[in-house]
Amino acid sequence: MNPTRKRRLIVVLLVVAAATVAVGLGVFALQQNMNYLFTPSQVQSGAASSHKTFRLGGMVKAGSIQRSKTSLLATFTVVDADGAMPVEYTGILPDLFRDNQSVIATGHMDNAHFVATEVLAKHDETYMPKELKDAMAKAHKDKPMPEGSDAGGSP
Amino acid sequence: MSKWIPLWLHKLSSPPTFYRFAGALRPWLLALALLTGAIALYGGLVLAPADYQQGDAYRIIFIHVPSAWMSLFIYGVMGFAAFVALVWRIKLAEVVAMESAPIGAAFTFITLVTGSLWGKPMWGTWWTWDARLTSELVLLFLYLGVIGLYHAFEDRRQGARAAAFLALIGIINVPIVHFSVNWWNTLHQGSTIRLLGPSTIAPGMLWPLLTMMLATKFYYLASLFGRVRTDLLDLESGKDWVRTIATGSTLQ
Repeated sequence: MNPTRKRRLIVVLLVVAAATVAVGLGVFALQQNMNYLFTPSQVQSGAASSHKTFRLGGMVKAGSIQRSKTSLLATFTVVDADGAMPVEYTGILPDLFRDNQSVIATGHMDNAHFVATEVLAKHDETYMPKELKDAMAKAHKDKPMPEGSDAGGSP
Repeated sequence: MSKWIPLWLHKLSSPPTFYRFAGALRPWLLALALLTGAIALYGGLVLAPADYQQGDAYRIIFIHVPSAWMSLFIYGVMGFAAFVALVWRIKLAEVVAMESAPIGAAFTFITLVTGSLWGKPMWGTWWTWDARLTSELVLLFLYLGVIGLYHAFEDRRQGARAAAFLALIGIINVPIVHFSVNWWNTLHQGSTIRLLGPSTIAPGMLWPLLTMMLATKFYYLASLFGRVRTDLLDLESGKDWVRTIATGSTLQ
Protein backbone atom coordinates (compact mmCIF):
# COMPACT_ATOMS: atom_id res chain seq x y z
CA MET A 1 0.00 0.00 0.00
CA ASN A 2 1.53 3.31 -1.00
CA PRO A 3 1.90 6.14 1.55
CA THR A 4 -0.97 8.26 0.10
CA ARG A 5 -3.46 5.42 0.37
CA LYS A 6 -2.19 4.54 3.82
CA ARG A 7 -2.71 8.13 4.95
CA ARG A 8 -6.23 8.20 3.48
CA LEU A 9 -7.03 4.88 5.14
CA ILE A 10 -5.91 6.18 8.52
CA VAL A 11 -7.85 9.44 8.14
CA VAL A 12 -11.03 7.63 7.07
CA LEU A 13 -10.79 5.11 9.90
CA LEU A 14 -10.15 7.87 12.45
CA VAL A 15 -13.16 9.87 11.28
CA VAL A 16 -15.41 6.80 11.41
CA ALA A 17 -14.10 5.88 14.86
CA ALA A 18 -14.66 9.43 16.13
CA ALA A 19 -18.18 9.52 14.71
CA THR A 20 -18.96 6.12 16.27
CA VAL A 21 -17.81 7.32 19.68
CA ALA A 22 -19.85 10.54 19.31
CA VAL A 23 -23.02 8.70 18.32
CA GLY A 24 -22.40 6.04 20.96
CA LEU A 25 -22.14 8.65 23.72
CA GLY A 26 -25.22 10.44 22.39
CA VAL A 27 -27.25 7.23 22.36
CA PHE A 28 -25.99 6.33 25.82
CA ALA A 29 -27.02 9.75 27.13
CA LEU A 30 -30.45 9.39 25.53
CA GLN A 31 -30.94 5.93 27.01
CA GLN A 32 -33.40 7.12 29.62
CA ASN A 33 -35.41 9.37 27.31
CA MET A 34 -35.47 6.77 24.59
CA ASN A 35 -37.07 4.18 26.79
CA TYR A 36 -40.42 4.08 25.18
CA LEU A 37 -42.49 2.99 28.16
CA PHE A 38 -42.74 2.29 31.87
CA THR A 39 -44.12 -0.95 33.28
CA PRO A 40 -46.74 -0.94 36.09
CA SER A 41 -44.15 -2.00 38.70
CA GLN A 42 -41.81 0.79 37.56
CA VAL A 43 -44.67 3.28 37.92
CA GLN A 44 -45.50 1.97 41.39
CA SER A 45 -41.88 2.29 42.47
CA GLY A 46 -41.97 5.94 41.37
CA ALA A 47 -39.79 5.73 38.26
CA ALA A 48 -42.34 7.71 36.23
CA SER A 49 -43.14 10.28 38.90
CA SER A 50 -41.13 13.04 37.15
CA HIS A 51 -43.24 12.70 33.99
CA LYS A 52 -46.65 14.26 33.72
CA THR A 53 -47.52 12.27 30.61
CA PHE A 54 -45.87 8.94 29.93
CA ARG A 55 -46.42 5.56 28.32
CA LEU A 56 -47.50 2.57 30.34
CA GLY A 57 -46.70 -0.86 28.91
CA GLY A 58 -47.72 -4.35 29.98
CA MET A 59 -50.26 -7.08 29.44
CA VAL A 60 -54.03 -6.76 29.67
CA LYS A 61 -55.08 -8.84 32.66
CA ALA A 62 -57.40 -11.65 31.55
CA GLY A 63 -61.01 -10.89 32.41
CA SER A 64 -60.33 -7.30 33.45
CA ILE A 65 -61.77 -5.60 30.34
CA GLN A 66 -65.06 -3.82 31.00
CA ARG A 67 -66.76 -1.77 28.33
CA SER A 68 -69.44 0.81 29.01
CA LYS A 69 -72.77 0.08 27.33
CA THR A 70 -73.51 3.74 26.59
CA SER A 71 -70.12 5.18 25.60
CA LEU A 72 -66.68 4.23 24.27
CA LEU A 73 -65.32 4.11 27.81
CA ALA A 74 -63.33 0.95 28.56
CA THR A 75 -61.55 0.02 31.76
CA PHE A 76 -58.97 -2.71 32.13
CA THR A 77 -55.94 -3.62 34.22
CA VAL A 78 -52.41 -3.61 32.81
CA VAL A 79 -50.02 -5.98 34.57
CA ASP A 80 -46.38 -6.98 34.40
CA ALA A 81 -44.49 -9.67 36.34
CA ASP A 82 -44.98 -7.95 39.71
CA GLY A 83 -47.27 -4.97 39.37
CA ALA A 84 -50.78 -4.03 38.25
CA MET A 85 -52.31 -0.72 37.16
CA PRO A 86 -55.99 0.04 36.48
CA VAL A 87 -56.46 1.99 33.23
CA GLU A 88 -59.41 3.84 31.80
CA TYR A 89 -59.68 4.86 28.16
CA THR A 90 -62.35 6.46 25.98
CA GLY A 91 -61.95 5.70 22.28
CA ILE A 92 -61.53 2.99 19.67
CA LEU A 93 -59.25 0.14 20.68
CA PRO A 94 -56.97 -1.53 18.06
CA ASP A 95 -57.75 -4.93 16.47
CA LEU A 96 -55.24 -6.84 18.55
CA PHE A 97 -56.59 -5.53 21.87
CA ARG A 98 -57.85 -8.38 24.07
CA ASP A 99 -57.05 -10.40 27.19
CA ASN A 100 -53.35 -11.17 27.68
CA GLN A 101 -52.34 -8.80 24.85
CA SER A 102 -49.29 -6.56 25.30
CA VAL A 103 -50.45 -2.95 25.12
CA ILE A 104 -48.93 0.50 25.41
CA ALA A 105 -51.13 3.24 26.82
CA THR A 106 -50.22 6.94 26.68
CA GLY A 107 -51.69 9.15 29.37
CA HIS A 108 -51.29 10.39 32.92
CA MET A 109 -51.90 9.27 36.48
CA ASP A 110 -55.11 10.30 38.20
CA ASN A 111 -54.70 9.30 41.87
CA ALA A 112 -54.16 5.54 41.76
CA HIS A 113 -55.32 4.84 38.22
CA PHE A 114 -54.03 5.69 34.78
CA VAL A 115 -56.11 7.75 32.34
CA ALA A 116 -55.10 6.87 28.77
CA THR A 117 -55.45 9.16 25.77
CA GLU A 118 -54.17 6.52 23.33
CA VAL A 119 -53.94 2.74 23.53
CA LEU A 120 -51.64 0.82 21.17
CA ALA A 121 -51.42 -2.96 20.90
CA LYS A 122 -47.88 -4.29 20.81
CA HIS A 123 -47.49 -7.14 18.40
CA ASP A 124 -45.10 -9.97 19.22
CA GLU A 125 -42.62 -11.59 16.85
CA THR A 126 -44.36 -14.99 16.69
CA TYR A 127 -46.11 -16.00 13.48
CA MET A 128 -47.95 -19.30 13.21
CA PRO A 129 -51.13 -20.76 11.72
CA LYS A 130 -54.22 -20.96 13.93
CA GLU A 131 -54.28 -24.80 13.79
CA LEU A 132 -50.75 -24.98 15.18
CA LYS A 133 -51.61 -22.55 17.95
CA ASP A 134 -54.68 -24.63 18.88
CA ALA A 135 -52.62 -27.81 18.91
CA MET A 136 -50.04 -26.17 21.15
CA ALA A 137 -52.71 -24.87 23.48
CA LYS A 138 -54.13 -28.40 23.69
CA ALA A 139 -50.74 -29.80 24.65
CA HIS A 140 -50.53 -27.24 27.47
CA LYS A 141 -54.14 -27.67 28.55
CA ASP A 142 -53.52 -27.10 32.24
CA LYS A 143 -51.28 -24.09 31.53
CA PRO A 144 -52.80 -21.84 28.85
CA MET A 145 -50.26 -20.20 26.55
CA PRO A 146 -49.86 -16.43 26.89
CA GLU A 147 -50.72 -14.51 23.70
CA GLY A 148 -47.50 -12.53 23.66
CA SER A 149 -44.19 -14.34 23.68
CA ASP A 150 -42.59 -11.36 25.41
CA ALA A 151 -45.14 -11.61 28.19
CA GLY A 152 -42.94 -13.39 30.67
CA GLY A 153 -44.99 -15.26 33.26
CA SER A 154 -48.74 -15.16 32.91
CA PRO A 155 -50.36 -12.92 35.53
CA MET B 1 -2.68 -2.62 -4.98
CA SER B 2 -2.28 -5.95 -6.82
CA LYS B 3 -0.83 -7.31 -3.61
CA TRP B 4 -4.09 -6.64 -1.84
CA ILE B 5 -6.74 -7.87 -4.23
CA PRO B 6 -6.77 -10.79 -6.66
CA LEU B 7 -5.92 -10.01 -10.25
CA TRP B 8 -9.36 -10.91 -11.65
CA LEU B 9 -10.99 -8.48 -9.25
CA HIS B 10 -8.53 -5.82 -10.30
CA LYS B 11 -9.42 -6.47 -13.94
CA LEU B 12 -13.14 -6.49 -13.20
CA SER B 13 -12.92 -3.04 -11.64
CA SER B 14 -11.86 -1.50 -14.95
CA PRO B 15 -14.89 0.27 -16.47
CA PRO B 16 -14.99 -1.49 -19.91
CA THR B 17 -14.65 -4.96 -18.36
CA PHE B 18 -17.33 -4.28 -15.77
CA TYR B 19 -19.58 -2.76 -18.43
CA ARG B 20 -19.48 -6.02 -20.41
CA PHE B 21 -19.68 -8.22 -17.30
CA ALA B 22 -22.73 -6.38 -15.95
CA GLY B 23 -24.39 -6.32 -19.37
CA ALA B 24 -24.03 -10.09 -19.74
CA LEU B 25 -25.33 -10.85 -16.24
CA ARG B 26 -28.15 -8.35 -16.03
CA PRO B 27 -30.88 -10.19 -18.06
CA TRP B 28 -30.29 -13.35 -16.03
CA LEU B 29 -30.49 -11.49 -12.74
CA LEU B 30 -33.68 -9.78 -13.82
CA ALA B 31 -35.22 -13.10 -14.90
CA LEU B 32 -34.22 -14.70 -11.58
CA ALA B 33 -35.70 -11.76 -9.67
CA LEU B 34 -39.02 -12.03 -11.51
CA LEU B 35 -39.16 -15.81 -11.11
CA THR B 36 -38.30 -15.94 -7.41
CA GLY B 37 -40.49 -12.89 -6.77
CA ALA B 38 -43.49 -14.56 -8.42
CA ILE B 39 -42.93 -17.80 -6.46
CA ALA B 40 -42.55 -15.86 -3.21
CA LEU B 41 -45.71 -13.82 -3.81
CA TYR B 42 -47.74 -16.92 -4.66
CA GLY B 43 -46.33 -18.73 -1.63
CA GLY B 44 -46.91 -15.77 0.67
CA LEU B 45 -50.31 -14.60 -0.50
CA VAL B 46 -51.92 -17.95 -1.46
CA LEU B 47 -50.14 -20.96 0.04
CA ALA B 48 -49.06 -19.66 3.45
CA PRO B 49 -51.62 -20.16 6.23
CA ALA B 50 -53.29 -17.24 8.00
CA ASP B 51 -51.76 -16.10 11.28
CA TYR B 52 -53.36 -17.11 14.60
CA GLN B 53 -53.59 -13.52 15.82
CA GLN B 54 -53.64 -11.23 12.80
CA GLY B 55 -55.45 -13.40 10.24
CA ASP B 56 -54.55 -12.36 6.71
CA ALA B 57 -53.25 -8.92 7.66
CA TYR B 58 -49.84 -10.35 8.55
CA ARG B 59 -49.18 -11.08 4.85
CA ILE B 60 -47.68 -7.61 4.48
CA ILE B 61 -44.50 -9.08 6.03
CA PHE B 62 -43.72 -10.69 2.68
CA ILE B 63 -43.12 -7.18 1.34
CA HIS B 64 -42.25 -5.26 4.50
CA VAL B 65 -39.58 -7.53 5.98
CA PRO B 66 -37.58 -8.25 2.78
CA SER B 67 -37.65 -4.50 1.99
CA ALA B 68 -36.41 -3.69 5.48
CA TRP B 69 -33.59 -6.21 5.14
CA MET B 70 -32.66 -4.70 1.79
CA SER B 71 -32.69 -1.17 3.19
CA LEU B 72 -29.94 -2.24 5.60
CA PHE B 73 -28.13 -4.59 3.22
CA ILE B 74 -27.86 -1.96 0.48
CA TYR B 75 -26.61 0.58 3.01
CA GLY B 76 -23.92 -1.92 3.97
CA VAL B 77 -22.89 -2.35 0.33
CA MET B 78 -22.97 1.41 -0.21
CA GLY B 79 -20.89 2.05 2.91
CA PHE B 80 -18.30 -0.54 1.93
CA ALA B 81 -18.08 0.78 -1.65
CA ALA B 82 -17.78 4.32 -0.24
CA PHE B 83 -14.91 3.19 1.97
CA VAL B 84 -13.08 1.62 -1.01
CA ALA B 85 -13.79 4.72 -3.07
CA LEU B 86 -12.36 7.04 -0.41
CA VAL B 87 -9.17 5.10 0.25
CA TRP B 88 -8.30 3.64 -3.16
CA ARG B 89 -10.15 6.13 -5.40
CA ILE B 90 -11.48 3.34 -7.60
CA LYS B 91 -13.96 4.83 -10.05
CA LEU B 92 -16.16 1.73 -10.10
CA ALA B 93 -16.50 1.79 -6.29
CA GLU B 94 -17.68 5.41 -6.44
CA VAL B 95 -20.26 4.55 -9.07
CA VAL B 96 -21.50 1.47 -7.17
CA ALA B 97 -21.87 3.51 -3.97
CA MET B 98 -23.70 6.40 -5.65
CA GLU B 99 -26.00 4.20 -7.73
CA SER B 100 -26.92 2.04 -4.72
CA ALA B 101 -28.35 5.03 -2.88
CA PRO B 102 -31.58 5.53 -4.91
CA ILE B 103 -32.36 1.77 -4.82
CA GLY B 104 -31.77 1.68 -1.07
CA ALA B 105 -33.90 4.79 -0.58
CA ALA B 106 -36.75 3.13 -2.51
CA PHE B 107 -36.60 0.00 -0.33
CA THR B 108 -36.52 2.14 2.82
CA PHE B 109 -39.54 4.09 1.61
CA ILE B 110 -41.45 0.86 0.89
CA THR B 111 -40.55 -0.40 4.37
CA LEU B 112 -41.87 2.75 6.03
CA VAL B 113 -45.09 2.88 3.98
CA THR B 114 -46.00 -0.81 4.36
CA GLY B 115 -45.18 -0.68 8.07
CA SER B 116 -47.41 2.32 8.47
CA LEU B 117 -50.30 0.69 6.59
CA TRP B 118 -50.01 -2.36 8.83
CA GLY B 119 -49.52 -0.33 12.00
CA LYS B 120 -52.81 1.52 11.82
CA PRO B 121 -55.14 -1.51 12.19
CA MET B 122 -52.78 -3.64 14.30
CA TRP B 123 -51.12 -1.20 16.67
CA GLY B 124 -53.72 1.52 16.44
CA THR B 125 -51.45 4.21 14.95
CA TRP B 126 -49.83 5.10 11.60
CA TRP B 127 -46.65 6.34 13.19
CA THR B 128 -44.98 6.52 16.55
CA TRP B 129 -41.54 7.79 17.52
CA ASP B 130 -40.14 4.56 18.82
CA ALA B 131 -36.47 3.69 18.31
CA ARG B 132 -36.98 1.27 15.39
CA LEU B 133 -39.27 3.53 13.39
CA THR B 134 -37.21 6.64 14.05
CA SER B 135 -33.87 5.03 13.14
CA GLU B 136 -35.39 3.65 9.91
CA LEU B 137 -36.58 7.18 9.07
CA VAL B 138 -33.06 8.47 9.75
CA LEU B 139 -31.84 5.80 7.30
CA LEU B 140 -34.13 7.23 4.62
CA PHE B 141 -32.78 10.74 5.29
CA LEU B 142 -29.20 9.43 5.06
CA TYR B 143 -29.94 7.91 1.65
CA LEU B 144 -31.57 11.16 0.50
CA GLY B 145 -28.61 13.12 1.87
CA VAL B 146 -26.16 10.97 -0.09
CA ILE B 147 -28.20 11.40 -3.29
CA GLY B 148 -28.52 15.16 -2.75
CA LEU B 149 -24.87 15.72 -1.90
CA TYR B 150 -23.72 13.71 -4.92
CA HIS B 151 -25.74 15.90 -7.26
CA ALA B 152 -24.83 19.18 -5.55
CA PHE B 153 -21.34 19.26 -7.07
CA GLU B 154 -20.43 20.40 -10.54
CA ASP B 155 -17.65 17.82 -10.74
CA ARG B 156 -19.17 14.37 -10.38
CA ARG B 157 -16.13 12.65 -8.91
CA GLN B 158 -15.75 15.38 -6.31
CA GLY B 159 -19.47 14.98 -5.50
CA ALA B 160 -19.03 11.24 -5.22
CA ARG B 161 -16.19 11.68 -2.73
CA ALA B 162 -18.17 14.07 -0.53
CA ALA B 163 -21.25 11.84 -0.63
CA ALA B 164 -19.10 8.74 0.03
CA PHE B 165 -17.97 10.38 3.25
CA LEU B 166 -21.56 10.91 4.36
CA ALA B 167 -22.44 7.33 3.36
CA LEU B 168 -19.52 5.98 5.38
CA ILE B 169 -20.33 8.00 8.51
CA GLY B 170 -24.01 7.05 8.24
CA ILE B 171 -23.19 3.36 8.42
CA ILE B 172 -23.22 3.79 12.21
CA ASN B 173 -27.01 3.92 11.90
CA VAL B 174 -27.22 0.38 10.46
CA PRO B 175 -26.52 -1.51 13.72
CA ILE B 176 -28.73 1.02 15.53
CA VAL B 177 -31.67 0.12 13.28
CA HIS B 178 -30.99 -3.58 13.66
CA PHE B 179 -30.54 -3.68 17.42
CA SER B 180 -33.01 -0.91 18.34
CA VAL B 181 -35.66 -3.49 19.28
CA ASN B 182 -33.24 -5.14 21.72
CA TRP B 183 -31.66 -2.03 23.19
CA TRP B 184 -34.83 -0.11 23.93
CA ASN B 185 -38.45 -0.81 24.80
CA THR B 186 -40.07 -0.30 21.42
CA LEU B 187 -43.57 -0.68 20.05
CA HIS B 188 -42.05 -2.55 17.12
CA GLN B 189 -41.72 -6.27 17.79
CA GLY B 190 -38.34 -7.98 18.09
CA SER B 191 -36.64 -10.03 15.38
CA THR B 192 -38.57 -13.08 14.19
CA ILE B 193 -35.82 -14.56 12.04
CA ARG B 194 -32.72 -15.23 14.06
CA LEU B 195 -29.40 -16.43 12.76
CA LEU B 196 -28.58 -17.81 16.20
CA GLY B 197 -31.32 -19.79 17.87
CA PRO B 198 -34.75 -20.82 16.60
CA SER B 199 -36.90 -18.47 14.53
CA THR B 200 -40.41 -17.82 15.80
CA ILE B 201 -42.26 -18.32 12.55
CA ALA B 202 -44.02 -21.38 11.12
CA PRO B 203 -42.09 -23.07 8.23
CA GLY B 204 -45.03 -22.53 5.83
CA MET B 205 -44.64 -18.79 6.33
CA LEU B 206 -40.84 -18.79 6.43
CA TRP B 207 -40.03 -20.14 2.99
CA PRO B 208 -41.94 -17.46 1.01
CA LEU B 209 -40.22 -14.84 3.16
CA LEU B 210 -36.75 -16.23 2.40
CA THR B 211 -37.63 -16.62 -1.29
CA MET B 212 -38.68 -12.97 -1.40
CA MET B 213 -35.39 -12.07 0.25
CA LEU B 214 -33.59 -13.79 -2.66
CA ALA B 215 -35.83 -12.01 -5.18
CA THR B 216 -35.04 -8.58 -3.71
CA LYS B 217 -31.30 -9.37 -3.78
CA PHE B 218 -31.49 -10.34 -7.47
CA TYR B 219 -33.55 -7.26 -8.23
CA TYR B 220 -31.03 -5.05 -6.47
CA LEU B 221 -28.12 -6.49 -8.47
CA ALA B 222 -30.01 -6.24 -11.77
CA SER B 223 -31.05 -2.67 -11.06
CA LEU B 224 -27.60 -1.68 -9.82
CA PHE B 225 -25.84 -3.17 -12.85
CA GLY B 226 -28.11 -1.27 -15.23
CA ARG B 227 -27.52 2.00 -13.40
CA VAL B 228 -23.76 1.46 -13.14
CA ARG B 229 -23.51 0.75 -16.89
CA THR B 230 -25.27 3.98 -17.77
CA ASP B 231 -23.12 5.92 -15.33
CA LEU B 232 -19.89 4.40 -16.64
CA LEU B 233 -20.76 5.38 -20.22
CA ASP B 234 -21.42 8.91 -19.02
CA LEU B 235 -18.27 9.22 -16.88
CA GLU B 236 -15.98 7.71 -19.50
CA SER B 237 -17.58 9.44 -22.47
CA GLY B 238 -14.26 10.63 -23.89
CA LYS B 239 -12.63 7.21 -23.79
CA ASP B 240 -11.99 4.89 -26.71
CA TRP B 241 -14.09 1.99 -25.45
CA VAL B 242 -17.15 4.20 -25.12
CA ARG B 243 -16.56 5.65 -28.58
CA THR B 244 -16.41 2.13 -29.97
CA ILE B 245 -19.80 1.34 -28.43
CA ALA B 246 -21.30 4.67 -29.46
CA THR B 247 -20.25 4.33 -33.08
CA GLY B 248 -21.96 0.97 -33.27
CA SER B 249 -19.01 -1.37 -33.68
CA THR B 250 -19.27 -4.32 -31.32
CA LEU B 251 -17.00 -4.31 -28.33
CA GLN B 252 -17.86 -7.86 -27.38
